[in-house]
Amino acid sequence: MAVVNEADAPAREMRQVEAEFALEVDDLRMRYGSTDVLTGVNFVARPGEVVALLGPNGAGKTTTIEILEGFRMRSAGEVRVLGVDPAHGDENWRARLGVVLQSWRDHGRWRVRELLEHLGLYYAPFSTADIRRPWDPDELVEVVGLTEHAHKKINKLSGGQRRRLDVAIGIVGRPELLFLDEPTAGFDPEARREFHDLVHRLADQDTTILLTTHDLDEAEKLADRILILAGGTIIADGSADELARRMSTEAEVRWTIEGQRFVHSTLDATGFVRELFIKHDTAVADLEVRRAGLEDVYMTLVREFEAGRADAAVREFEVVTR
Amino acid sequence: MSELASESRDTGRPRAARPSLRGGVGSPKLVAARNGVIRGRIELRQSFTNVQDLWNYFFPTLIFLVVLFFMKGAAVPGTNFNLGARTLPSVLGMTVAFSGLVTLMMGLALEREDGTLLRAKAIPNGMFGYLVGKLVLVSGMALASMAIILIPSSFMLDGLALTSVTAWLTLLWVMVLGLAATIPLGAIFGSMFSNPRNAGVIMMPVMGLVAISGIFYPISGFPVWLQEIAQVFPIYWLGLGMRSALLPNELAAVEIGESWRHLEMIGVLGAWAVVGLVVAPMVLRRMARRESGSSVAARREKAMQRTM
Repeated sequence: MAVVNEADAPAREMRQVEAEFALEVDDLRMRYGSTDVLTGVNFVARPGEVVALLGPNGAGKTTTIEILEGFRMRSAGEVRVLGVDPAHGDENWRARLGVVLQSWRDHGRWRVRELLEHLGLYYAPFSTADIRRPWDPDELVEVVGLTEHAHKKINKLSGGQRRRLDVAIGIVGRPELLFLDEPTAGFDPEARREFHDLVHRLADQDTTILLTTHDLDEAEKLADRILILAGGTIIADGSADELARRMSTEAEVRWTIEGQRFVHSTLDATGFVRELFIKHDTAVADLEVRRAGLEDVYMTLVREFEAGRADAAVREFEVVTR
Repeated sequence: MSELASESRDTGRPRAARPSLRGGVGSPKLVAARNGVIRGRIELRQSFTNVQDLWNYFFPTLIFLVVLFFMKGAAVPGTNFNLGARTLPSVLGMTVAFSGLVTLMMGLALEREDGTLLRAKAIPNGMFGYLVGKLVLVSGMALASMAIILIPSSFMLDGLALTSVTAWLTLLWVMVLGLAATIPLGAIFGSMFSNPRNAGVIMMPVMGLVAISGIFYPISGFPVWLQEIAQVFPIYWLGLGMRSALLPNELAAVEIGESWRHLEMIGVLGAWAVVGLVVAPMVLRRMARRESGSSVAARREKAMQRTM
């Protein structure tokens, strides 16, 4: 037995290293002047997880992600990004991160492949036995679908192509953790779908991804887990399914009897419908049971938030998700 | 796509291992410095195929040729030496100052606005590489600008010591010292303006300095207080240094103190370089610290409004 235990010990240690969080945020606070933007944000992300930080505009998503990227100093709280405090991250730490920036017109005179090859050079000294850095420029150009434009000048690219280049630059060092801030803002539906495919492919390679979005649909499509940020704090944390299930509150039952329409709101839709059949049996027609979805609740939250009733919105949301 | 699939198989965790320095790659800082040189070379090449940059290269030459035309037949006061031939080295000195100060200032201000700097910040040792690249670019552009003025003029002007090795050596060290004095200033001013269009306000006093620095006309006849102001700044000394390289020694007689004053020149330019090299990294670090996605986005918003 003792022998077996000893043999197990290193294996357990290995698992512990694996289970280490890619992101740990504990009571993160941010204050600009007298305005509190973040009032205590808590969440973690496991390696390989795709996490979406969802929230209305102005909720503090960008502030949060910039603190994690090490681009902004926090007011208070504990933050660990790949085990390191981003306020004191060194170049070795920086090399393990990818940041997808929204470019505008930088490097306009460079050619696509030329720039990717050049930026990749900085990562070469940080190559490890497990992760060969950087990404080969030809492969990378292909992965983001820019092969045809590899030798084009960057200022000749379309908006969508530029954004794909932004992603390529973000991942050129084969990051273990990738940050995407509102990655599909301004995309047409086609570009958005292509982008989602790209994120899925990266997620398949065990890259931990944190993305911000104000679009629930996008969060549902991309993320393993959704964090809803509002009122300066995380008010809901779970997979899209979990969040939807947690909202099993009132449902609306609609039916007709002899052509007459009826509507009834109830917490126990199943029980109510059973009663209905017992009472009216075959007379019941056009039965419909509709539960308020995540989207309905989220839209209400956003509307309230934008109307300046942030506190009320958050409280309301907390009530339904509890 | 198939590459991706195979990649995901052999990329096992734990992945947070320390980087093993691969053979021949060198330390990260060294690699970044080398990348900076590569970057500078690429951007220098790009500057020769860009209309705006080509204009910047040839515009001073154009001005100089016009000035030369009006100076035809004029002599340096107190001598019978051609005034145009005296102006050429002075203009070379001015070119060095402009390259160091203006090129870097405008470059930094523009690339801060468009997010180039933020990109550099997101990359390991990227800022360091970026700055090395800028040094290479600015030095290369200074050399190119000087060649563009010097080559055509050398066919039109007599009396310049263009065949002397010492002349070229002097020209070279004055240029290096001049860049060392002005590049940090360019970095400081470039970090101060978040809007590149405001950086233009620096140009007015610089043009004023050119006027009193003896570039186009000797200042020994100017009021002493004006001479003293001019001698505080690098432009006067760069002009003097270039004249000392390319003009016959007798012409030192018409300069202030009747000498090329190399020691004083090294003192003043060196002082600017030392102060600049102390202050510039602090200012640059402060500027870099403030860069983030949202600060670039805010500037983009502003710039968009302007173009509307």
